[in-house]
Amino acid sequence: MYPKENVDWVAVCATPLEPDVLTAWVTRPNCGAVVTFCGTARSSSSTGHDITELQYETSDEMALARLRDVVASARERWPELGAVAIQHRVGSVLLEQPAVVIAISSPHRQEAFEAAQFCIDTVKKSVPMWKREVWLGGSAWSQEAHDIVDVRDA
Amino acid sequence: MSRILLLGPAREAAGVGHDDIDGASVAEVLRVAVARYGPAFEEVLSVSKVWVNGEPCDDDHPVGRQDEVAVLPPISGG
Repeated sequence: MYPKENVDWVAVCATPLEPDVLTAWVTRPNCGAVVTFCGTARSSSSTGHDITELQYETSDEMALARLRDVVASARERWPELGAVAIQHRVGSVLLEQPAVVIAISSPHRQEAFEAAQFCIDTVKKSVPMWKREVWLGGSAWSQEAHDIVDVRDA
Repeated sequence: MSRILLLGPAREAAGVGHDDIDGASVAEVLRVAVARYGPAFEEVLSVSKVWVNGEPCDDDHPVGRQDEVAVLPPISGG
C-alpha cells in the first residue's frame, strides 16, 4: 500500500481498482469519518445499447496533473480533510467494476461527504479522460461528453 | 517541429496517438495536422480544446521543438 506518511494519493490504473484498499488507506486516527465513492460501469447508455464494457483512455501525465489539482482544490475548500485518494481506471472496465474511486477522511462526516461529492463532480468536468462504450457487435465513444474545464472553474 | 498528442476520438480520427509536426504556432501545427489526417480529424478538432504542455492556450501561441500540442475532444471520465 502507498505509504501512510502521505495524505494525498492519486493514480491512473490499468488494473482493477480496490476500493477497500483506498478506504483503509485514508482511515486515520484523527478522523472519525471516511467516505468512499465508487463510479462503476453500468449497462445502460444514452445510445440505447446494452453496454457490456467500458474502455477508458487518457494521457497519464495530464490526467495525474489534473487529479492533483482536484485534490488541492478540495483541500482549499475543506482544510480539515484528513487523507484524500482518487484513482481512475484506464483500459477495459467490465460491468460492476469501478472506473473511479474516491476515498476521503475527515474529523467529521459533513466535510467528508461534501468533499467526496465535489471531487467526483470535478473529476468528471476537469480530468482528461475518454470513455468508449462497448456492446455486443459494436462500440462508440460516449455521447455523454463535454468540454474540459479548468479545476478552478469547475 | 513540435510533438502533437491526439487523445480519445482525436486519436481514432487521426489514426495515430502522437506525431511530430512542423509549425511555429499552435494554429500552424493544427493546419498541418488537418492536411495530414483529413476531414474526420478536422471534424473532431472543431469541437476540441487544444493545450500546450498540459495547459490551455490560444491558437497564436508560439511552439517549438520542446513543446507538446495536445488535442482534447470533449471528455467523458468517471
